[in-house]
Amino acid sequence: MKASDRLDATFLALADPTRRAILARLARGEASVAELAEPFSISQPAISKHLKILERARLISVGQAGQRRPRRIEPKALADASLWLERYREMWDMSFKRLDSLLGELQGKPAPQVEERAKEPEPRTRASSRPAARPRRRRRRGSG
Amino acid sequence: MSENSKAQVILPSDHEVRVVRAFHAPRDLVYKAYTTPALLQQWLLGYPGWTMPVCDMDLRVGGAYRWRFRSIEDDKEFGFHGEYRVVEPNRRIVHTEYYDPGSFGGDMGNGALVTIELTERDGVTTLSTLMDYYTKEARDAAVATGMTDGMEMSYQQLDQLLPELETVS
Repeated sequence: MKASDRLDATFLALADPTRRAILARLARGEASVAELAEPFSISQPAISKHLKILERARLISVGQAGQRRPRRIEPKALADASLWLERYREMWDMSFKRLDSLLGELQGKPAPQVEERAKEPEPRTRASSRPAARPRRRRRRGSG
Repeated sequence: MSENSKAQVILPSDHEVRVVRAFHAPRDLVYKAYTTPALLQQWLLGYPGWTMPVCDMDLRVGGAYRWRFRSIEDDKEFGFHGEYRVVEPNRRIVHTEYYDPGSFGGDMGNGALVTIELTERDGVTTLSTLMDYYTKEARDAAVATGMTDGMEMSYQQLDQLLPELETVS
Protein backbone atom coordinates (compact mmCIF):
# COMPACT_ATOMS: atom_id res chain seq x y z
CA MET A 1 0.00 0.00 0.00
CA LYS A 2 1.27 3.47 -0.84
CA ALA A 3 2.06 5.63 2.15
CA SER A 4 -0.66 8.15 1.36
CA ASP A 5 -3.15 5.32 0.90
CA ARG A 6 -2.09 4.03 4.25
CA LEU A 7 -2.80 7.35 5.86
CA ASP A 8 -6.22 7.25 4.21
CA ALA A 9 -6.78 3.78 5.63
CA THR A 10 -5.72 5.03 9.05
CA PHE A 11 -8.17 7.90 9.01
CA LEU A 12 -10.96 5.74 7.70
CA ALA A 13 -10.29 3.34 10.54
CA LEU A 14 -10.21 6.13 13.11
CA ALA A 15 -13.41 7.73 11.86
CA ASP A 16 -15.59 5.29 13.79
CA PRO A 17 -16.24 5.58 17.56
CA THR A 18 -16.40 1.80 18.10
CA ARG A 19 -13.03 1.36 16.44
CA ARG A 20 -11.56 4.15 18.53
CA ALA A 21 -12.93 2.46 21.63
CA ILE A 22 -11.35 -0.81 20.51
CA LEU A 23 -8.02 0.96 20.10
CA ALA A 24 -8.38 2.55 23.51
CA ARG A 25 -8.97 -0.89 24.99
CA LEU A 26 -5.98 -2.39 23.15
CA ALA A 27 -3.79 0.47 24.32
CA ARG A 28 -4.12 -1.11 27.77
CA GLY A 29 -2.98 -4.51 26.53
CA GLU A 30 -3.74 -7.24 24.00
CA ALA A 31 -7.17 -8.84 23.97
CA SER A 32 -9.13 -11.57 22.20
CA VAL A 33 -12.03 -10.87 19.87
CA ALA A 34 -14.46 -12.08 22.54
CA GLU A 35 -12.90 -9.80 25.14
CA LEU A 36 -13.09 -6.88 22.74
CA ALA A 37 -16.72 -7.58 21.90
CA GLU A 38 -17.73 -7.72 25.55
CA PRO A 39 -18.17 -4.02 26.36
CA PHE A 40 -20.06 -3.33 23.14
CA SER A 41 -23.65 -4.18 22.47
CA ILE A 42 -22.86 -5.50 19.03
CA SER A 43 -22.24 -8.98 17.71
CA GLN A 44 -18.88 -10.68 17.43
CA PRO A 45 -19.05 -10.70 13.61
CA ALA A 46 -19.62 -6.94 13.70
CA ILE A 47 -16.58 -6.56 15.94
CA SER A 48 -14.57 -8.76 13.57
CA LYS A 49 -15.48 -6.42 10.74
CA HIS A 50 -14.19 -3.45 12.72
CA LEU A 51 -11.03 -5.39 13.55
CA LYS A 52 -10.46 -6.13 9.89
CA ILE A 53 -10.57 -2.42 9.06
CA LEU A 54 -8.16 -1.68 11.89
CA GLU A 55 -5.86 -4.44 10.67
CA ARG A 56 -5.89 -3.16 7.12
CA ALA A 57 -4.85 0.23 8.44
CA ARG A 58 -2.12 -1.58 10.40
CA LEU A 59 -3.40 -0.01 13.56
CA ILE A 60 -3.60 -3.44 15.12
CA SER A 61 -2.02 -6.81 14.47
CA VAL A 62 -2.98 -10.39 15.23
CA GLY A 63 -0.79 -12.37 17.56
CA GLN A 64 -0.52 -16.12 17.90
CA ALA A 65 -0.76 -17.65 21.36
CA GLY A 66 -1.74 -21.28 21.00
CA GLN A 67 -5.37 -21.36 19.97
CA ARG A 68 -5.82 -17.73 20.91
CA ARG A 69 -5.27 -15.02 18.38
CA PRO A 70 -5.08 -11.90 20.50
CA ARG A 71 -5.22 -8.48 18.90
CA ARG A 72 -2.64 -5.94 19.84
CA ILE A 73 -2.16 -2.29 19.06
CA GLU A 74 0.47 -1.18 16.54
CA PRO A 75 1.46 2.29 17.64
CA LYS A 76 3.25 3.34 14.47
CA ALA A 77 0.26 3.98 12.22
CA LEU A 78 -1.36 5.92 15.01
CA ALA A 79 1.80 7.95 15.51
CA ASP A 80 1.91 8.85 11.81
CA ALA A 81 -1.69 10.00 11.94
CA SER A 82 -1.29 11.98 15.13
CA LEU A 83 1.81 13.75 13.84
CA TRP A 84 -0.26 14.99 10.94
CA LEU A 85 -2.96 16.37 13.20
CA GLU A 86 -0.54 17.51 15.87
CA ARG A 87 1.10 20.02 13.55
CA TYR A 88 -2.25 21.40 12.54
CA ARG A 89 -3.24 21.65 16.19
CA GLU A 90 -0.03 23.48 17.08
CA MET A 91 -0.70 26.05 14.41
CA TRP A 92 -4.09 26.83 15.91
CA ASP A 93 -2.65 26.88 19.39
CA MET A 94 -0.26 29.64 18.42
CA SER A 95 -3.22 31.84 17.52
CA PHE A 96 -5.21 30.74 20.54
CA LYS A 97 -2.40 31.55 22.97
CA ARG A 98 -2.43 35.10 21.62
CA LEU A 99 -6.17 35.13 22.09
CA ASP A 100 -5.69 34.02 25.71
CA SER A 101 -3.46 37.03 26.32
CA LEU A 102 -5.81 39.36 24.54
CA LEU A 103 -8.84 38.12 26.48
CA GLY A 104 -6.85 38.56 29.68
CA GLU A 105 -6.04 42.15 28.75
CA LEU A 106 -9.63 42.89 27.82
CA GLN A 107 -10.72 41.59 31.23
CA GLY A 108 -8.03 43.67 32.91
CA LYS A 109 -6.15 40.73 34.34
CA PRO A 110 -3.09 38.79 33.37
CA ALA A 111 -3.79 36.00 30.94
CA PRO A 112 -3.95 32.62 32.67
CA GLN A 113 -1.95 30.48 30.30
CA VAL A 114 0.48 32.73 28.59
CA GLU A 115 3.45 31.42 30.48
CA GLU A 116 3.24 27.99 28.92
CA ARG A 117 4.87 28.35 25.58
CA ALA A 118 4.13 31.76 24.26
CA LYS A 119 7.12 33.29 26.01
CA GLU A 120 9.62 30.73 24.87
CA PRO A 121 11.81 31.85 22.00
CA GLU A 122 10.21 31.02 18.71
CA PRO A 123 11.86 28.10 16.98
CA ARG A 124 13.77 29.43 14.01
CA THR A 125 12.24 27.01 11.60
CA ARG A 126 8.89 28.56 12.25
CA ALA A 127 9.95 32.00 11.19
CA SER A 128 8.81 31.67 7.63
CA SER A 129 6.06 29.21 8.25
CA ARG A 130 2.57 29.61 7.07
CA PRO A 131 0.45 31.81 9.23
CA ALA A 132 -3.22 32.04 9.89
CA ALA A 133 -5.76 29.75 11.26
CA ARG A 134 -6.53 27.83 8.16
CA PRO A 135 -3.65 28.10 5.79
CA ARG A 136 -3.33 25.60 3.12
CA ARG A 137 -1.50 25.05 -0.02
CA ARG A 138 -2.93 22.39 -2.15
CA ARG A 139 -0.81 19.60 -3.32
CA ARG A 140 0.35 20.21 -6.79
CA ARG A 141 -1.33 17.68 -8.92
CA GLY A 142 0.74 15.98 -11.51
CA SER A 143 2.73 13.64 -9.40
CA GLY A 144 -0.12 11.24 -9.67
CA MET B 1 -6.84 26.22 35.18
CA SER B 2 -4.73 24.84 32.38
CA GLU B 3 -6.90 21.91 31.33
CA ASN B 4 -8.09 23.96 28.39
CA SER B 5 -4.76 25.16 27.12
CA LYS B 6 -4.60 22.79 24.17
CA ALA B 7 -6.84 22.89 21.16
CA GLN B 8 -8.47 19.61 20.22
CA VAL B 9 -8.56 18.64 16.58
CA ILE B 10 -11.25 16.17 15.62
CA LEU B 11 -12.16 14.66 12.26
CA PRO B 12 -15.95 14.27 12.53
CA SER B 13 -16.29 12.99 8.96
CA ASP B 14 -13.99 12.48 6.00
CA HIS B 15 -14.55 15.99 4.65
CA GLU B 16 -14.58 18.00 7.87
CA VAL B 17 -12.23 19.05 10.62
CA ARG B 18 -13.26 20.53 13.95
CA VAL B 19 -11.04 22.55 16.25
CA VAL B 20 -12.22 23.02 19.84
CA ARG B 21 -10.62 25.21 22.48
CA ALA B 22 -11.75 26.61 25.83
CA PHE B 23 -10.99 30.12 27.08
CA HIS B 24 -11.20 31.64 30.53
CA ALA B 25 -13.43 34.49 29.42
CA PRO B 26 -17.11 35.17 28.99
CA ARG B 27 -18.68 34.25 25.71
CA ASP B 28 -19.44 37.78 24.59
CA LEU B 29 -15.80 38.70 24.98
CA VAL B 30 -14.58 35.78 22.89
CA TYR B 31 -17.16 36.72 20.28
CA LYS B 32 -15.88 40.28 20.35
CA ALA B 33 -12.30 39.11 19.85
CA TYR B 34 -13.44 37.00 16.91
CA THR B 35 -15.54 39.66 15.22
CA THR B 36 -13.73 42.95 15.86
CA PRO B 37 -11.13 43.51 13.13
CA ALA B 38 -8.72 45.44 15.36
CA LEU B 39 -8.74 42.53 17.82
CA LEU B 40 -8.70 39.72 15.29
CA GLN B 41 -5.62 41.28 13.70
CA GLN B 42 -3.79 40.81 17.00
CA TRP B 43 -4.27 37.10 17.37
CA LEU B 44 -5.39 35.23 14.26
CA LEU B 45 -1.86 35.00 12.94
CA GLY B 46 -0.93 31.33 13.17
CA TYR B 47 2.80 30.81 13.11
CA PRO B 48 5.01 33.70 14.19
CA GLY B 49 6.34 35.97 11.49
CA TRP B 50 3.08 37.07 9.93
CA THR B 51 0.84 40.11 10.19
CA MET B 52 -2.75 40.66 9.12
CA PRO B 53 -2.76 44.01 7.31
CA VAL B 54 -6.27 43.63 5.89
CA CYS B 55 -9.24 42.57 7.96
CA ASP B 56 -12.56 43.78 6.54
CA MET B 57 -15.66 42.20 8.00
CA ASP B 58 -19.21 43.16 7.13
CA LEU B 59 -20.74 40.99 9.81
CA ARG B 60 -24.30 40.38 8.68
CA VAL B 61 -26.02 37.69 6.68
CA GLY B 62 -24.89 38.14 3.08
CA GLY B 63 -22.08 40.45 4.15
CA ALA B 64 -18.55 39.82 2.91
CA TYR B 65 -15.24 39.57 4.70
CA ARG B 66 -11.69 39.78 3.46
CA TRP B 67 -8.60 38.83 5.39
CA ARG B 68 -5.09 39.25 4.14
CA PHE B 69 -1.90 37.97 5.73
CA ARG B 70 1.61 39.23 5.05
CA SER B 71 4.97 37.67 5.82
CA ILE B 72 7.26 39.96 7.81
CA GLU B 73 10.26 38.30 6.25
CA ASP B 74 9.54 38.60 2.53
CA ASP B 75 6.26 40.57 2.24
CA LYS B 76 4.52 37.67 0.56
CA GLU B 77 0.77 37.74 0.97
CA PHE B 78 -2.22 35.49 0.82
CA GLY B 79 -5.76 35.82 2.02
CA PHE B 80 -9.18 34.43 2.66
CA HIS B 81 -12.51 35.85 1.70
CA GLY B 82 -16.11 34.77 1.85
CA GLU B 83 -19.61 35.63 2.87
CA TYR B 84 -21.55 35.33 6.11
CA ARG B 85 -24.44 32.90 5.97
CA VAL B 86 -25.52 32.91 9.61
CA VAL B 87 -24.79 35.53 12.24
CA GLU B 88 -26.16 34.87 15.73
CA PRO B 89 -24.29 37.27 18.02
CA ASN B 90 -22.34 35.56 20.83
CA ARG B 91 -23.46 32.14 19.62
CA ARG B 92 -22.81 31.16 16.08
CA ILE B 93 -21.36 32.33 12.79
CA VAL B 94 -21.43 30.42 9.53
CA HIS B 95 -19.40 31.70 6.62
CA THR B 96 -17.97 30.51 3.35
CA GLU B 97 -14.24 30.62 2.90
CA TYR B 98 -12.17 30.89 -0.23
CA TYR B 99 -8.42 31.07 -0.46
CA ASP B 100 -6.72 33.90 -2.28
CA PRO B 101 -3.17 32.79 -3.13
CA GLY B 102 -1.83 36.35 -3.60
CA SER B 103 1.96 36.33 -4.05
CA PHE B 104 2.28 33.37 -1.72
CA GLY B 105 0.69 30.87 -4.05
CA GLY B 106 -1.25 27.71 -3.58
CA ASP B 107 -4.81 26.80 -4.21
CA MET B 108 -7.61 25.37 -2.14
CA GLY B 109 -10.12 23.86 -4.45
CA ASN B 110 -13.72 24.74 -3.81
CA GLY B 111 -13.32 26.50 -0.50
CA ALA B 112 -14.95 25.60 2.74
CA LEU B 113 -17.99 26.25 4.87
CA VAL B 114 -16.94 27.34 8.34
CA THR B 115 -19.20 27.14 11.40
CA ILE B 116 -18.05 28.86 14.57
CA GLU B 117 -19.95 28.10 17.77
CA LEU B 118 -19.53 29.52 21.26
CA THR B 119 -20.83 28.00 24.47
CA GLU B 120 -20.20 29.23 27.99
CA ARG B 121 -20.18 27.35 31.25
CA ASP B 122 -18.93 28.57 34.62
CA GLY B 123 -17.11 31.46 33.03
CA VAL B 124 -15.30 29.25 30.54
CA THR B 125 -16.15 29.69 26.89
CA THR B 126 -15.68 26.86 24.45
CA LEU B 127 -15.00 27.86 20.89
CA SER B 128 -15.70 25.26 18.25
CA THR B 129 -14.74 25.81 14.63
CA LEU B 130 -16.03 23.28 12.15
CA MET B 131 -14.59 23.44 8.66
CA ASP B 132 -16.32 21.55 5.91
CA TYR B 133 -14.10 21.28 2.84
CA TYR B 134 -16.73 19.34 0.88
CA THR B 135 -14.27 16.63 -0.18
CA LYS B 136 -11.83 14.43 1.64
CA GLU B 137 -8.98 15.50 -0.64
CA ALA B 138 -9.48 19.19 0.12
CA ARG B 139 -9.86 18.51 3.84
CA ASP B 140 -6.72 16.42 3.97
CA ALA B 141 -4.77 19.01 2.02
CA ALA B 142 -5.90 21.76 4.38
CA VAL B 143 -4.95 19.81 7.47
CA ALA B 144 -1.69 18.58 5.96
CA THR B 145 -0.47 22.16 5.57
CA GLY B 146 -0.39 22.22 9.34
CA MET B 147 2.57 19.89 9.09
CA THR B 148 4.68 22.47 7.36
CA ASP B 149 7.55 24.03 9.16
CA GLY B 150 8.44 26.68 6.65
CA MET B 151 7.45 25.18 3.34
CA GLU B 152 4.32 23.42 2.42
CA MET B 153 4.08 19.84 3.51
CA SER B 154 2.57 18.28 0.47
CA TYR B 155 1.45 14.76 0.04
CA GLN B 156 4.65 14.10 -1.85
CA GLN B 157 6.65 15.01 1.21
CA LEU B 158 4.37 12.89 3.31
CA ASP B 159 4.96 10.02 0.92
CA GLN B 160 8.69 10.43 1.45
CA LEU B 161 8.38 10.72 5.19
CA LEU B 162 6.30 7.64 5.82
CA PRO B 163 8.67 5.05 4.31
CA GLU B 164 11.48 6.67 6.27
CA LEU B 165 9.57 6.18 9.47
CA GLU B 166 8.84 2.67 8.42
CA THR B 167 12.47 1.71 8.02
CA VAL B 168 13.18 3.15 11.45
CA SER B 169 10.61 1.02 13.19
